[in-house]
Parts: sequence; C-alpha cells; structure tokens
Amino acid sequence: MSAATAWTIPEVRAALDARKISARELVNEFYGRIDRRNPELNVYLALSPERAYAQADRIDAAIASGDALPSLAGVPLAVKDVISTRGIPTTCGSRILEGYRPPYDATVVTRLEHAGAIILGKTNCDEFAMGSSNENSAYGPVRNPVSPNHVPGGSSGGSAAAVAAGLAVVALGTDTGGSIRQPGSFCGIPAIMPSYGRVSRYGLIAFASSLDRIGPFARTVRDAATVMSALAGRDPADSTSAAIPVPDYAAALGRSLAGLRIGIPDDYFAEGLDHEVRQKVESGIRLLEKLGCRRVSIRMPNTDYAVAAYYIIATAEASSNLARYDGVRYGARVPGATLIEMYQKTRGRKFGAEVKRRIVLGTYVLSAGYYDAYYLKGQKIRSLIARDFRKAFEQVDAIITPTSPVPPFRLGERTSNPLEMYLADIYTVTGSLAGVPGISVPSGKTSGGLPIGLQIYGPAFGEERVLQLAHAFEQAGGAEL
Amino acid sequence: MKISREDVLKVAALANLELTDAEVETYRGQLDDILTYIDKLNEIDTSCIEPMTQVVTASADGSTSTLREDVVVRSDVITEVLRGAPDPAPLYFRVPRVIEK
Repeated sequence: MSAATAWTIPEVRAALDARKISARELVNEFYGRIDRRNPELNVYLALSPERAYAQADRIDAAIASGDALPSLAGVPLAVKDVISTRGIPTTCGSRILEGYRPPYDATVVTRLEHAGAIILGKTNCDEFAMGSSNENSAYGPVRNPVSPNHVPGGSSGGSAAAVAAGLAVVALGTDTGGSIRQPGSFCGIPAIMPSYGRVSRYGLIAFASSLDRIGPFARTVRDAATVMSALAGRDPADSTSAAIPVPDYAAALGRSLAGLRIGIPDDYFAEGLDHEVRQKVESGIRLLEKLGCRRVSIRMPNTDYAVAAYYIIATAEASSNLARYDGVRYGARVPGATLIEMYQKTRGRKFGAEVKRRIVLGTYVLSAGYYDAYYLKGQKIRSLIARDFRKAFEQVDAIITPTSPVPPFRLGERTSNPLEMYLADIYTVTGSLAGVPGISVPSGKTSGGLPIGLQIYGPAFGEERVLQLAHAFEQAGGAEL
Repeated sequence: MKISREDVLKVAALANLELTDAEVETYRGQLDDILTYIDKLNEIDTSCIEPMTQVVTASADGSTSTLREDVVVRSDVITEVLRGAPDPAPLYFRVPRVIEK
C-alpha cells in the first residue's frame, strides 16, 4: 500500500495542522479514489458530498481561526447502510427500503460528526445485516480489495473493504453474530465489536436487538481506539446503553503485557478449523507469549451449542423487528387488492432470499407449540454460554481464538448451503450471545496471500484490555506472521 | 422430516409473506436441515437453567434504574415522515380499504 493511500487519524491531523492539505482537499481526494475503485469493488451504495463538504468547510474554518480541533477532525468516515443518516439514502442493502431517507441521525453518527469526522457515504452490506459474505445485498456483492475474486466477509463487508482499500480512513459497522469481526479478518484490518450496552443503538435499524452492536473498522488499533472513545457512553435515547464511564481508550495502548493471562479454549481449536488459520493463530499466540503473556488452557464447554442457540434467538428477534416493513409508512410498496395482500406482496417481493429464510425460521421458533422447545431453550443455552465466559474470566484476562474457522472464500463458493454458512460463525456468535467485547486483528496470511484474523475477547466493558493486547500484537508485527 | 409444506405456508401466513411454490419447497428443505441441526441442543438438560433475557443488568452498570423522567417533549416530524411514505395523504398514510361500507 503506498503512503498516499494509507491515511491514519494521526496522519490526517498532522497534515491539517501543517496546512499540507485542507479538509476540503482531503474529501476531494477520497471522492476521487471512490470514483476510480467503487465500480469494481461496489463498496458504497450512496455518497453524501453535500454533507461531507459542509463538514469539511467547518473544519477548515476552525483551522483558519486557530480553534482547538476535536479528536476526529477531518477524518473521512464510511457508515454501514443499516445506520440512519438524516436525508441520506439508507437501504439496509434491501429493495424494501429503496429510496428511504431517514428523518433523523443515529446517535453514533451525531457523535462522530461532533468529533469532527466527515461522512463520505453509506456502505454496502448483507441485506438487513444477515450474512457472512456480503453476497446477500440486493445491490450486488462487495469484492475483497485484497483479492477481488474473494468475498470481503459480512455482513459489514462494504465498511471493511472501504477501509482496506483506502476509500475511507475509518468506518462504522454493526455486529450481531460476527458482522464486524469476520469482515475485518477477511479484509486484513482491525475491527472491534464493543460490549453490549457500550455504544448507543439509537438509529441503528434493528436486526436482533439483544445482539446488535455498532463498532469501528480502522487501519490501526490506535485509530479504532480513538473512534471507540468518541462512540461510547450512555445515551438517553437507548435504554440499554450503560451509564459506565468511558475511558480514554488510546491512553491504554502501549502498556506492557507482562503477566497478562491469555486463555486458549481447546473447544475453539477443534474439528472444522482450517489448517492455515490454525497455524497462524497459534503463531499469534506464541507472539503474545513473547510479549509477556502467560498462556492458560481453558474450557468453554458449551461452545458447540452456540450456533444453534444464536440462530434461534437472532431469527426470532429478526422476525419481530422486520414486521414493520409492510409497505405502509416507508420504503417500497407492492399494491394489493386488500391490506393483507399488500403486506404479503410487498414483503414477499421486496425482501431477499436470506431475509425471508430467517423470517420464516424466526416465526416458526416463536410460534404456538414451539416457543418452549426452541426460543426458551435457546435463551437457556445463552445463559450457559455467558456463564462459560464469566468462569473463563475468573482465570484469565483475555481469551484468544481464531476470528473465522476459514480464510476468505471465493464469491459464489458457499451460497448454496445456508447451514454451512451459519456454522462458520462459530467463533464469533459465542461472544455475541455473552455480550462481551471482541476484536479481530490481522494475524498473518494464507500461502495465497489472504488475510487471517486473530480474535481477542475481554470481559464485559473490558475494551481497554482488548485494545491494549491488539495494539501490542499489531506493533510486534502480528500481521506479518 | 420435521417440516412439512403446510408448516411453511402456515408460518408464511403468520409473517405476512407471499412465497412462490419454489420458495416454499426450498425453505422447507433448508429449515428441515437447520431445525435438525438445532436439535443438538436437546443433548443438554436445561431444566434448572434460567433463560437469559437481559444482556446488561442493572447491577452490571452500577445503576438501579435506567428509566428517565416522564416528560412531554414536542415531536414535530409529521411532514418529514410523510415525505418518505409510499402513498401519503397528509396527515395520513393511505392503505387499501379495510372497512367495508
């Protein structure tokens, strides 16, 4: 990657401070790159130049008058298309929301703009964030910038690819069962899912409300930490956001890892793990040991049940959340002779195959006679998985796993069997169910040059620890293992 | 076979989802696979386990109440909201007739 494409947050700030570039010129540069690369990569679904240039001009005016700049001043940002942006098309990658422009901003958007970030546009994703490859977008798949015949991961594939391709400095994604961490892994960049309750979900278009989280993609762990500090904290508009004080995450970076106990769950290194992924993650663990961590073997005995519990709970919540798309208040409508017929036609024709599959499954597990056998059972298994994590964190400071059992796969390679695609979410859905934070950091590449990700889990609200480990790992050359 | 064609049609009706015959057949097979896989949960006895219904509990965030004061605030969004509607008839959303004359 040439120096010209590899902007980081400190580099943006240094260039603005030195008057080497104005915020307006920086926006020009990024829109130029997007013009050149987007036709191939299909990363952006909508651009927001009016809003971007207005924000750039505010930053340039602040610089001209010598005002103190906020933490993300002038930083070009991409926003996943499931996050509401006032007046800017927000489709969730679905035909059912074609043409929809939200009347308000999500809290995360307000917070990052307040911190000086410049929203370039909205990124492609699996429809309603349901998928692990970005092939479920109604607007076509995103290509992995590292290798365009491969998927970028999903569901936040557009946001991951935007940062990896240098079409944004940082990006927002959402993670319900791995949708930040897995595309981060596939595109070779750091990507963090914060604790449930750490970041407001107000304005995030809901998939599964007890699992959905918003978090950043960045080129460096330090940049991810800087964005996290701007995102986190209690929001009166989201009753599930926690009133726990927000640390300066970037300040935790650089502390020694000496004596930290890292837990390696045997249950995560079992059948189904790709040989090269296993090798590189084991090299990653040895690197952490060299940095002073103490390796502890742990058991998380309910891991094998996580995918089944996840697909009950996530689809049940989705079937309820997606009931609101009925052709009445927003988005698309397919006419019908009666109200019910209008609902059925609108939903049947405007939702894509994966979304309909999950609505059918979710409705089934909630329906009379099956609720106890499936939904209640799933919630009980969720308790056991959360207990596995709590017990593990009595013994260790962090848990290290692969992010995905497989490296990036080719477009079209895995679309025929949904269950097989779901099973590959095994290492990420556990942390989703437990509510804990997790980061994926690059940990070497396959022999074919495709990125591999190492995942670090911390206890609930332990983002500082996770970022500290990821930063040390990155600085010690984790990506080049 | 856990799932019949009729099961899929019943669920689709509950979810207000029009499905083609081909979709009904595809989803029937796929749901059958997925639900068969989910059956592995029956390996664990959960009779003494409480379901997890909350992720962040009051004790976790140190506060006893996350409820705000019940204050009336003005919400002046009707025009903007109707602008996004497929068939607005200010101040309403128009839909096919639901009440017979």
